[in-house]
Amino acid sequence: MFRIGTACGSGLGSSFMVQMNIESVLKDLGISDVEVEHYDLSGADPKAADIWIVGRDLEDSAGHLGDVRILNSIIDMDELKDLVTSICQEKGLM
Amino acid sequence: MVKFLLDIVSTPAILVALIAILGLVLQKKVLPDIIKGGIKTFVGFLVVSGGAGIIQNSLNPFGTMFDHAFHLSGVVPNNEAIVAVALTTYGSATAMIMFLGMVFNILIARFTRFKYIFLTGHHTLYMACMIAVILSVAGFTSFPLILFGGLALGIIMSLSPAFVQKYMVQLTGNDKIALGHFSSLGYWLSGFVGSIVGDKSKSTEDMKFPKSLAFLRDSTVSITISMAIIYLVVATFAGSDYIAKELSEGTNGFVYALQLAGQFAAGVFVILAGVRLILGEIVPAFKGISERLVPNSKPALDCPIVYPYAPNAVLIGFVSSFVGGLVSMALMIVIGSVVILPGVVPHFFCGATAGVIGNASGGVRGATIGAFLQGVLISFLPVFLMPVLGGAWF
Repeated sequence: MFRIGTACGSGLGSSFMVQMNIESVLKDLGISDVEVEHYDLSGADPKAADIWIVGRDLEDSAGHLGDVRILNSIIDMDELKDLVTSICQEKGLM
Repeated sequence: MVKFLLDIVSTPAILVALIAILGLVLQKKVLPDIIKGGIKTFVGFLVVSGGAGIIQNSLNPFGTMFDHAFHLSGVVPNNEAIVAVALTTYGSATAMIMFLGMVFNILIARFTRFKYIFLTGHHTLYMACMIAVILSVAGFTSFPLILFGGLALGIIMSLSPAFVQKYMVQLTGNDKIALGHFSSLGYWLSGFVGSIVGDKSKSTEDMKFPKSLAFLRDSTVSITISMAIIYLVVATFAGSDYIAKELSEGTNGFVYALQLAGQFAAGVFVILAGVRLILGEIVPAFKGISERLVPNSKPALDCPIVYPYAPNAVLIGFVSSFVGGLVSMALMIVIGSVVILPGVVPHFFCGATAGVIGNASGGVRGATIGAFLQGVLISFLPVFLMPVLGGAWF
């Protein structure tokens, strides 16, 4: 199963919100076999997800996670929708 | 039978699991998801208790050292630590207050003009715990405790985003998103002061500012560094010999202090993992149900949502707030009250938010002064809470 990870400083609030938003985008796209989970920056294992999505302010702190995609605004649903759609196309999920 | 039911209700781990299961059933999830969610919430609560034990093993010797060194009581304000310890006593009341608080939040959003749905789950949990402690100390028990506690929580969840919404609109340019963070008084203060003393045209984002402090957002790193400094300073004043003789069973006092600092961070790490498990099912259920029941709701979200608007203000805000915490600590030592040691984590998250809001209303000066005052505020508020929490202090 393809896995998307989100991360933030304490792994409680904003990463969780982005996770829920990604899940609702995936639902809208009709994609079900993707697992989304949120982590804190220090506890996140790079191997726990295939692609990571973080906000712009964490770009410098999240490099160790591997394939990291950046959101300019973590509350902009349109931007997130575009990003998730392009990831799904790239990975042949749709 | 009654005893059996009472035991269930007074076992908080089972109680929160039942709340999560209720949320999953209401969302019409399939059985495997319901079982998985219930078990994870159940175990999550026990993980938090385990973390509380680790923290207490780190804090008890610290208290002894601090007392020996300064003959004052020192308090390390760390939400996770305090809440985890309090949950071991007030777990069931906290779980019920949290559940009712979310119900009241939805009702208020549905029927009044305060359309905010408070989605920062860990804050809801921490606040539910604090209300449980305060009301219990004030003498409330059983049903009134849960009812009034839940009502108070619901009102706070609805009003605290409203408090800073004016500045959020100024910052984000729309009225769709709100700030769900119970430090909103500090953010309001920062925005207000910023608008008076500041100059919006001189933004923090026009400055060149080193990004090297950004690694402090990793909470394990920032907690370990700050606790190591605090523990080592206290160990210096307590004296390595004293520690070796009384506490560490011969180990060098500084080595021992360093290990205790790491142990504190380890405890927080465990607690955060547990909180994540507890909230993993409850928050999405709350979000899904509220979206169905309150059509035009405004989600109130955790404070880092404002950071991308002004990354420089995040760092300026953190530093200013922390300086505010240090100045406050000096003042407390002078007046001889309980000493609140500045914690890096609250000063980072709250200071940064105050910085971003202060910048939006008053530029560089607004961010600096606003965040500084916010830092003073979050240092002194716990002092005023001490008498209320007195009977339950840790």
